Amino acid sequence: MRTLIRNGRIETDDYVWLSDDAELPANGKFIVSLTRWQQQRESLAMDALCVGVNVPNTVDISTVIDDLRGQPLIALSFPSFADGRAYSQARLLRDRHQYTGEIRATGNAVVLDQLAMLQCCGFTSFALRDDQNPLHCLDALRPIDLAYQPVDTHASLVSTLRRAAAA
Amino acid sequence: MYQYDEYDQKLVDQRVEQFRDQTRRFLAGELPEEEFRMLRLRNGLYIQRFAPMLRVAIPYGLLSSRQLRMLAHIARTYDKGYGHITTRQNIQYNWPKLEQVPDILADMASVQMHAIQTSGNCIRNITSDHLAGVARDELVDPRPYCELTRQWSTFHPEFNWLPRKFKFAFSSSTNDRAATRVHDVGVHIVRNADGELGYSIYVGGGLGRMPMIGHLIREFLPEAQLLSYLEAILRVYNRLGRRDNIHRARIKVLVKATGPAKFAELVEQEWAQILASPQAAELEFTPDDLARMKAHFAAHPHRTDAVNDAGFDKAQQNDSAFAAFVRRNVREHRVDGYKAVFVSLKAPGIAPGDITAEQMELVADLAERYSFGELRATHDQNLVLADVAQGDLYDLWQALRGAGLATPNIGLLTDMICCPGLDFCSLANAGSIGVAQDINDRFDSLDHLYDVGEIKLKMSGCMNGCGHHTVGHIGILGVDKKGEEWYQVTLGGSAENDVSLGDRTGPSFSRDQIADAVQTIVEVYLSERSDEEETFLQCYRRVGMAPFKARLYVEAEEEELAA
Repeated sequence: MRTLIRNGRIETDDYVWLSDDAELPANGKFIVSLTRWQQQRESLAMDALCVGVNVPNTVDISTVIDDLRGQPLIALSFPSFADGRAYSQARLLRDRHQYTGEIRATGNAVVLDQLAMLQCCGFTSFALRDDQNPLHCLDALRPIDLAYQPVDTHASLVSTLRRAAAA
Repeated sequence: MYQYDEYDQKLVDQRVEQFRDQTRRFLAGELPEEEFRMLRLRNGLYIQRFAPMLRVAIPYGLLSSRQLRMLAHIARTYDKGYGHITTRQNIQYNWPKLEQVPDILADMASVQMHAIQTSGNCIRNITSDHLAGVARDELVDPRPYCELTRQWSTFHPEFNWLPRKFKFAFSSSTNDRAATRVHDVGVHIVRNADGELGYSIYVGGGLGRMPMIGHLIREFLPEAQLLSYLEAILRVYNRLGRRDNIHRARIKVLVKATGPAKFAELVEQEWAQILASPQAAELEFTPDDLARMKAHFAAHPHRTDAVNDAGFDKAQQNDSAFAAFVRRNVREHRVDGYKAVFVSLKAPGIAPGDITAEQMELVADLAERYSFGELRATHDQNLVLADVAQGDLYDLWQALRGAGLATPNIGLLTDMICCPGLDFCSLANAGSIGVAQDINDRFDSLDHLYDVGEIKLKMSGCMNGCGHHTVGHIGILGVDKKGEEWYQVTLGGSAENDVSLGDRTGPSFSRDQIADAVQTIVEVYLSERSDEEETFLQCYRRVGMAPFKARLYVEAEEEELAA
């Protein structure tokens, strides 16, 4: 099983990935595909189930957010190391649509060298690629303290610091 | 010029340490080669045919003497004693050692320079007018806007993994000297009918294998709103740009597929939502933000009596070589008595754009003595000392001439743009530097060159088009035919206000024929032009391809029959 970093800690993944043809269990925490979610929304909405949804990086977030807003987790995928589409999806979920649940990064870009930027864009959990050293990754996730862009609300914005200094 | 504050310095220093760690992990086998490749590209480092190549950013082409001395130091310490000015106003080193690159970047950071995002599929160095701040046809200095955009685009976490590279160019003058219409985004700083400052935005231009001219998608964007609008363009591109085929991944392909009107609509929709978001206020320039940034680029303290100097005119009368230099390499300045001086990096026998460490140090000294300690790199691969009092020009010229930096050929045929070609670049199909030298040999008589007048010859060693061949008045493109180097020729391109893409003459020419072909093209022009005032480009646009084609291919056939 892949190591999960969530909320700044190495945690056990409490969700199980459910393939589209797997039988629906009676209770538990699962991640299902967007397709399955859209087809079986009513049965998936049972109280005993806790369902996260995996959204492909080709989907326009604004077309699905109303349907997903109540779910505790949205997983976004990086099919390759250099495919950065889910960065924009995460920002839209977090900033524009004020989604407050867990946004999980999955796939080939979930590596030490991209974690800080993923975190900036609103991801809160990271399913590390198998070859990653979890302790090094945890270290890379120290919050950044300074940024040129108003993306990560935790970082001090350079232009704000300058405005304050000039005032 | 812009000076880093503690924040800029901290961000650049952190980046050096991050790359040092990535290099260490790669060398220790902890980082897969393909991933290190993408990370090192974002720090300017390519692996070329013979050695790594490091591309250092010169934001909007502006350098201080202190920075140029550091570039000389790096050339001497880590390379073979020279560097190469590129067509995007940057400098490249062709022989650094991979394991020394973190040290080079640390040296760079000590003079407020870096190689961040000079390669890779991210937002690249921002280019602008090499006469910014001194040109007479300029509305406002574009560099404060370039620097604000540089900071926004540097380390932007959302846009570091785009479908393909992304290039901005800014212009604020009547004559576009920054080739803005062949960039992913061209920004023209303009005034609207109410006298307010703002921007016209062009999107989807580019060279390479699918050359296209950018489309106007917004006539007037208010001055304060630049970054939110650029963010909207980038987000639309990051979401919708193609990633299935590297040759179809630039924004120009997306704009072509949607159509410019639809693309503009997508951007406007996205922009409206950004403006309604909590980040809008932080992306917006306040009047103070703009004033603080503009203060960095305030005009130098020019001497009011500079215009009274009479020695400048006298020196031209007494020294015809100096007069030739003034005619070709000196441009008007917005302040009377001052001139902008082009330092030619196109001397015969030198690869276009190459400059040695000693030459860099000399130019750094001269910039300090005569031009307020600043200089610019041009996208035509020359340097400019932009603020020289006319009374100093004769001394400056003599010093430049002594170092082989005063070839009076700016804008002429031998002032050609040329990529490193097969001699250095792993992408190239054909050599370009050797061809440039052959052409130089043909036109070594300066009298002949002057008679031919303004011709922009641009040459690329492959269809990635780093030499901008598509927008050359004469364009040359190296191609590979069964392992041999051949050259396609285009005529009539331009990257200026009258922007156009060149037309192919016909079948390509062999390595032996290409210099002859250029000579033939020039001869046809000289016989076809209506008078000496008609430039090559004007003449070509009037007479068309037919007379050129007739001479070029008849001669080729005759040669074949004779062979």
